[in-house]
Amino acid sequence: MAQNVFSWLDERLGLKAIYDTVLDRKVPKVNWWFTLGSASLFLGALQGITGILLSVYYVPTPDHAYDSITYIMTGVQFGWLIRGLHHWGSSLLILTAFIHMLRVFFYGAYKYPREFTWITGVALLISALGMGFTGYLLPWNQRSYWATTVGTEIAGTVPGIGDFILRVLRGGTDLSAVTLSRFFSLHIWIIPVIALATVLTHLYMVIRLGISNIPDKDS
Amino acid sequence: MSRKYRSPVMDRRSFVKIVTSALGSLMAAVVGLPVIQYFISPAFGKEAGDDWISLGTLEDYPFNTPTLFNFTLTKINGWERSSQSYGVFVLREEGKEVVVFSDVCTHLSCRVNWNPEKEGYFCPCHAALFDKHGNVLSGPPPRPMDRYETKLDGGQLFIHLREG
Ligand code: HEM
Ligand code: FES
Repeated sequence: MAQNVFSWLDERLGLKAIYDTVLDRKVPKVNWWFTLGSASLFLGALQGITGILLSVYYVPTPDHAYDSITYIMTGVQFGWLIRGLHHWGSSLLILTAFIHMLRVFFYGAYKYPREFTWITGVALLISALGMGFTGYLLPWNQRSYWATTVGTEIAGTVPGIGDFILRVLRGGTDLSAVTLSRFFSLHIWIIPVIALATVLTHLYMVIRLGISNIPDKDS
Repeated sequence: MSRKYRSPVMDRRSFVKIVTSALGSLMAAVVGLPVIQYFISPAFGKEAGDDWISLGTLEDYPFNTPTLFNFTLTKINGWERSSQSYGVFVLREEGKEVVVFSDVCTHLSCRVNWNPEKEGYFCPCHAALFDKHGNVLSGPPPRPMDRYETKLDGGQLFIHLREG
């Protein structure tokens, strides 16, 4: 039965072909450092899932943000687990992505024809940092508030256009309800959508070009 | 891989497949099962309110005319405090025990009003009429108006408010 359903779908969708290209690729002999990209992908997916779950209860307004997080932690069963995964996952993701980048760098895997893969990777790391920066404000506690005050103030020190950047980030001169709302929008829609498109491009490049060898003495 | 590492039981491919699906299922379960609780737990929160509410001095209520008493209670739903308003009709009659009715229509929960001309409680939503003692005279409600348990304490009238 399952076999029949599968072959019916496969005949129309070409599932086997997708499986073969995506998972049954030829890869050179590699080591554990080569697993970090997949680890980052897994953590990114986990952030997406736990983030969507947090949005079931979280409310991005100054009067309710903090209380809604408290409710997640104390009022909802397993709220601590979902928030905990999202909280620790964000740091771990940046760690895995960063070490993944170091591996690519030290193995020279960024060279022709993989320069564009590297560029999309840099965009992904910046997106992850952007997610961390915008997400940090959302609990709207003292730490969030002052961290974002400092973070936006730093952006404001850029010569010439600093004040402009600061105002655009905050949605005005002060850190306010407007700031919280736009950080929320960036955090759950704008950056994730951009990051998803970039992840798909990154993976497409990896599949299309194959993984590079570990360089030997001659190279 | 050299020959001496070959397992007689299974090849490397099936081993990796089994380990991957086992670990994958484990991780999916660790997140997936709590998620069900995470979603449904607010639906079965604490059994709310069980309180005796004072309606003031019994002597202040007139005889034979149902009199509306309004009060509000603060409720906490998740992260929000909101006040909910209640209305009850107090009916005092000579030689009878005082009766307190809820103003919530037993049809679909609109609020009924006392209508002196019709000598009854009228529900504007689907034109139901209850008599002074809460019995259905006309309209769709399936049962008479709900009554609260009452008690008197030092001349004060109390009703027992139970919800949840
Ligand atoms: C690269 C992926 C992501 C990273 C690095 C990230 C990072 C963060 C960080 C650092 C926080 C603050 C958590 C805390 O201090 O407790 C946070 C909160 C939050 N995130 Fe994300 N996040 C990611 C993806 C997402 C996605 C895709 C969504 C929703 C679609 C989401 C929804 C939320 C919500 C609702 C909060 C507020 C709850 C809280 O602060 O605990 N996140 N995120
Ligand atoms: S709700 Fe009162 S008549 Fe329908």
